[in-house]
Amino acid sequence: MNQKEYAGVSVEVNDDGYMTNSEQWNKEVAKAIAAEGNLELTDKHFEVLEFIREKLASGATLTIRAIGKSGIVDIKGFYQLFPGAPLKNATKIAGVPKPASCI
Amino acid sequence: MNNKEKPLKKVCIICAKGAIEDVYASLVMTNGAVMEGIEAKIFFTFFGLDAITKKRMKKLRTATVGNSAMRMPGNIPFPTILGTLPFVEYGVSAMMKSQMEKLDIPPVDEFLEMITAGGGEIYACKLAMDMFKLSKEDLSEHVSDVLTIGDFYGMCGGENTQIIFT
Repeated sequence: MNQKEYAGVSVEVNDDGYMTNSEQWNKEVAKAIAAEGNLELTDKHFEVLEFIREKLASGATLTIRAIGKSGIVDIKGFYQLFPGAPLKNATKIAGVPKPASCI
Repeated sequence: MNNKEKPLKKVCIICAKGAIEDVYASLVMTNGAVMEGIEAKIFFTFFGLDAITKKRMKKLRTATVGNSAMRMPGNIPFPTILGTLPFVEYGVSAMMKSQMEKLDIPPVDEFLEMITAGGGEIYACKLAMDMFKLSKEDLSEHVSDVLTIGDFYGMCGGENTQIIFT
């Protein structure tokens, strides 16, 4: 387990850089993680991040399809918000574990 | 010499079969690449074309005859003779689809949409289209183009690119 400092908060992260304690997360931490990938977060990003956190807190499996059906963004929009590997990037910024999903 | 592995940059997937499991294996691999930020292109040929043909894509089935891996719920062996009965193939196929839906695996048309939404590209084989007397209008709107295999190979160049035949 590694410690990393984001926005003045020391958080626990795993070897892939994912936070292991989502309680340590806040919006400033999210902004700092996003900044590492040169991503500036907007309100829309935060709506998606909140959705991801709530979805996982309820015990559901996270898929890109579920985000596309969230009513917040469609799948194309999701790829635009978190370019590259959106599910990986978004979960990292949301302070939740890396998704173990193939879809 | 640096032996460090370089990440995969592009996958070119060829889907030549039209059973549910063949099509889904190809779609999951293509979409999985897109999700990882890997450039992905998929080329449908022969019976694989069913997956992108509007009239056929919702009616894919899994073979209940000659499928030695076939089992009934509870891991009970599936007698081949049962698979020959009318509608058994439909029932089994419907069951497969409902199991997939539970895992949030989308229907084929939605899967194609997910792939293109993420920047993946979908192509159809010209030769197989001619063989099955299909035209571009018969295909899903998510199909970018009808290509010869040569055209497709032309898109499969570049470093760390893999061609996968399913």
